[in-house]
Amino acid sequence: MIETHLPALIALTFVLFSILIPAFGLWRRELSQPLAVIGSGLAGGLSIYGFIEYLNHGAIRYSFGGWEPPVGIEFVYDGLSGFFVMVINVVAFFSIWHSGGIAKREFPGKEMPYYALAMLMLLGFNGIVMTGDLFNLFVFLEISSLAGYALIAIGDRPAPYAAFRYLIIGTAGGTLYLLGAGLLYTVTGTLNIIDMTPMLPHFAESTAVVAGLILMIVGIGVKAALFPMHGWLPDSYTYASSSSTTLIAPIGTKVAAYVLFRIIFYLFGVDLVDATAPFTYLVGVLACIGIIYGSIMAIAQSELKRMLAYSSISQIGYIIMGLSLANPWGFAGALLHVLNHAVMKACLFMVAGNLRAKEGHSDISLFDDSYRKKYPWTMTAFSIAAISMIGLPPLAGFFSKWYLVLGTIDNSNWIFLAVIVISSLLNAVYFFRVYEKMYMMDPYKGQKEPKDGEYNDVKGSMLWPTSILAVSLIVIGFANAVIVGVLLDIFPM
Amino acid sequence: MDLSLVPLFAILISLIAVVPIMLSSEKPNLREFWTILAALIKFGLVLTLLPGALEGKSVELHIVDLAPGLPLALKADPMGVFFAVIASGLWIFTSFYSIGYVRGAGEMKQTRYFASFAVCLSATIGIAFSANLLTFILFYEMLTLATYPLVIHNEKQEAIEGGRKYLAFTLTAGLLLVAASALVYSYTGTLDFTPGGLFTEVDLPQHVMLIIFVLFLAAVGVKAGIMPIHGWLPAAMVAPTPVSALLHAVAVVKSGVFAVIRVVGYVFGVDVMAGYGLGEILIVFAGFTIIVASLLAFAQDNLKRRLAYSTVGHLSYIVLGVAMLTPLGMTGGIMHIAAHATMKITLFFCAGAIYVNLHRTEISNLNGIAKVMPWTMGAFTIGSLGLAGIPPINGFFSKWYLAMGSLEGDMLVPIFILVLSGLLNAGYFFPILHRAYFKKGEGLEGYGEASPLMVVPIMITATLSVLFGLFPNLFFGFFDLAVDISTSLFNSGAP
Amino acid sequence: MLEFFIGHYAYWLVIILLCVGIYGILFKKNLIKKTIGLAVLQISVVIYWVAIASKEGATVTTLDPNIPVDQVANYLNPLTHTLMLTAIVVGVATLGVAFTLLMAIYNRYETLDEQELLDKIQ
Repeated sequence: MIETHLPALIALTFVLFSILIPAFGLWRRELSQPLAVIGSGLAGGLSIYGFIEYLNHGAIRYSFGGWEPPVGIEFVYDGLSGFFVMVINVVAFFSIWHSGGIAKREFPGKEMPYYALAMLMLLGFNGIVMTGDLFNLFVFLEISSLAGYALIAIGDRPAPYAAFRYLIIGTAGGTLYLLGAGLLYTVTGTLNIIDMTPMLPHFAESTAVVAGLILMIVGIGVKAALFPMHGWLPDSYTYASSSSTTLIAPIGTKVAAYVLFRIIFYLFGVDLVDATAPFTYLVGVLACIGIIYGSIMAIAQSELKRMLAYSSISQIGYIIMGLSLANPWGFAGALLHVLNHAVMKACLFMVAGNLRAKEGHSDISLFDDSYRKKYPWTMTAFSIAAISMIGLPPLAGFFSKWYLVLGTIDNSNWIFLAVIVISSLLNAVYFFRVYEKMYMMDPYKGQKEPKDGEYNDVKGSMLWPTSILAVSLIVIGFANAVIVGVLLDIFPM
Repeated sequence: MDLSLVPLFAILISLIAVVPIMLSSEKPNLREFWTILAALIKFGLVLTLLPGALEGKSVELHIVDLAPGLPLALKADPMGVFFAVIASGLWIFTSFYSIGYVRGAGEMKQTRYFASFAVCLSATIGIAFSANLLTFILFYEMLTLATYPLVIHNEKQEAIEGGRKYLAFTLTAGLLLVAASALVYSYTGTLDFTPGGLFTEVDLPQHVMLIIFVLFLAAVGVKAGIMPIHGWLPAAMVAPTPVSALLHAVAVVKSGVFAVIRVVGYVFGVDVMAGYGLGEILIVFAGFTIIVASLLAFAQDNLKRRLAYSTVGHLSYIVLGVAMLTPLGMTGGIMHIAAHATMKITLFFCAGAIYVNLHRTEISNLNGIAKVMPWTMGAFTIGSLGLAGIPPINGFFSKWYLAMGSLEGDMLVPIFILVLSGLLNAGYFFPILHRAYFKKGEGLEGYGEASPLMVVPIMITATLSVLFGLFPNLFFGFFDLAVDISTSLFNSGAP
Repeated sequence: MLEFFIGHYAYWLVIILLCVGIYGILFKKNLIKKTIGLAVLQISVVIYWVAIASKEGATVTTLDPNIPVDQVANYLNPLTHTLMLTAIVVGVATLGVAFTLLMAIYNRYETLDEQELLDKIQ
């Protein structure tokens, strides 16, 4: 019974809690965060269960209200969407769990609207991933974006301006996507992805199809912060409240990446995408430029959150690069990196949040070596996540890079291979810069004695999620053979 | 007796020791007790593998799949056991010596120091027992990370810059190793170390082989100190002396040359190396390094830096022996791992004792110190004579085999290089001895020998150098082991 | 040639509006004008979707008692119309959020000129 309704149940959980939170929140404000934790935890549990169900029984196509497609709207819960839903909801659960302490400090009294919006945004993300309909996808895209703009606007003084810029460019992207979907609809007469797929090859040379493809890639590329459409991201992630960043940064761009996977691998198929011009390769080149650009810009930043934001631009590039390789290794590497990067980035932004909660800033140039005494666990979590970001075994980050490297070799794509190697080194530069500040004296400032400090780490509700994510990086690292085995089975070609 | 878990425990023991070391950071004596205990247990565990290795047997353990078809697997084959015995044996002496050194020099953050040291040893034994390239990469990177806190230990500007340089070189090397391994995996479908190599089934074009080889050479060459990518080694000499001693004479750099042997003998295979003419490339690099490093050693006034350049040169002896692709040369190269380890660790220990006792680091300040530190300088004399290749110290023994190897391969250039560098070695060590014994020192009144915790390990390693020179098979059967390894590498390829 | 333009006038309108909208977003310095550009961009896409619903001689998509429902050819395509109702709602919501943000920006910085804003944020 529950299995057949799973896709709807996951989405409805968020609908339910986005109503429950205002209802209870008006009565008792402090109930909002626990409710949100329960809601996202429930959805996380359901999506893990759902993915296991998928592995045992195969994909689920769920038609709402019993209306069969193409008349009705359906949710498609296959390997790709099941995997993304699982990553999104589980990571979101940890982010929301962690956000309680930050919410009290950074926007006291606004917990109720904040968590209601968070639920709406997660509803949007889940909808984007599960829907089988191109227009429905647009609607969920806008739901998640609108909630996301509001979440980003909560934060430092310039946050509304950052959110506004994101709104303008993000909505423009969404609109271009809608135009692209319209062009495809004009040609095929359907909006259902599975229905449309067999029709598209007949119109492979049609200008409308090619233009539709380009518009969709550009529109979604904005949301995915694909170079050169990344301009909104650094400011948004820096100025938004730490809790918003921790929630949005790990999963927001991944969802857009999911749409690119869905369009390129499933809706069109790689052969059709490349029929008129080598679009997948071009997307890969953009991703490579983004990887290098993001890494270099990250080195130049002195604010931890801004550095992590630029690093996100670079990391999303890995995922898109794996997509553009269009072979099993690249696909598995990209999807594994979706998981890895979501966990690593969530963990790192939590560390930034913990530091802001204790020190009131996250400016790297002000870090000193008393942190290792004051926040030993937070710093350990940072070390693990950062080493994983650099890509050293046996942590999770190494393995996604390993599979991407295998993918580039399969395609004899030496430029991409070089990009992976170079960017890993750049990663090492910007993370070891932070290590030097946190663990060592600063001889450049004339420090002669190591600084001492009392243990003052954040409290459990913030420390546990940070630590669990850090530990899970090690677990994922050792378990990645299993995960990749599943991912290779999902590969559609 | 089932030995299959022994390699795993041998690796883990010092990793586990990190926990009690960290917990007893307020009680130095207890903390050092854990270090010593772990060192002894580790050495004992490694020794239990020795009889099997002498019979040519390997102990294998498959732990978990790291990637589809690529397990995290350990294999204690003769080559691995050989290296593990040296590394874990010398760790015991270094531990005692370290205690004397850090207390004598009043170093800060001693807990971090001992903890990192323990992790380094785990990584080194892991490198020795890795059964495939992926496992090898794992421990190789672990070694890099664990050494970093030791290199920057005193956190002065010079140390931090040395640490940056160290990371820049070693992390790049690690990534190149990943790229090279991925290429090997794509072409051969396996990464398991196999005597005779992985390329026996596939026939790749010359340029592809060359690219893979150059990637490997750059990757392992960094830790093996092959010029021109040796730059981190002198820079990393800012570390405390026991670190330089164990890590930059035994663990890190020897992991590099060990990796060279693994790559040449177990990934490419000697026949493939010879077939594609890759050995000559290696000879050119190694020969160049030996000569240039010896010349650069002359120019250093800092004792540790001179030793560092001497290390760079001697590592390439080993590489040279391997690169000749002859059984005797290979034997000599492998023997020189052990020989150089005991001799160079003695020299570094001496340098550290001099620093702690007299606070002198420059060679020009060493006039007359043999009078106040006779035991230390006696050991120093043995070490430097050995490195110059004078019998009966074990440096002579391995050099002899290197020379035999090049005769066996009808090569005259390596012999020439060996003779020349022997002279150069003598040239840069003897002035130190001359100063210490025959020049009149100043300001030495009131100083005596260093603490026994330092002098006893020095004497033991120096004695070992002599004993292994006289009886190469003493205790551990190193010579038989080296011969077995080299035989297995040369007989496996031919059916 | 002229027929090509006249025959596709609806699409030309879409293209012109699209360009106007993108121009507004990219090059206008006043944030209100940017928002107007965004609205124009959205409207252009809505017009496109409505335009593709058109049929020769068909009527609007409200039920006319004189025309039976099963004579599909006599009605415009209703699907795109309903979809665009949703899209317009989304657009209105977006503009609402945009103006809320603009209020917040103005309250904090007392300007809506992009250059001045950037100067003040620095």
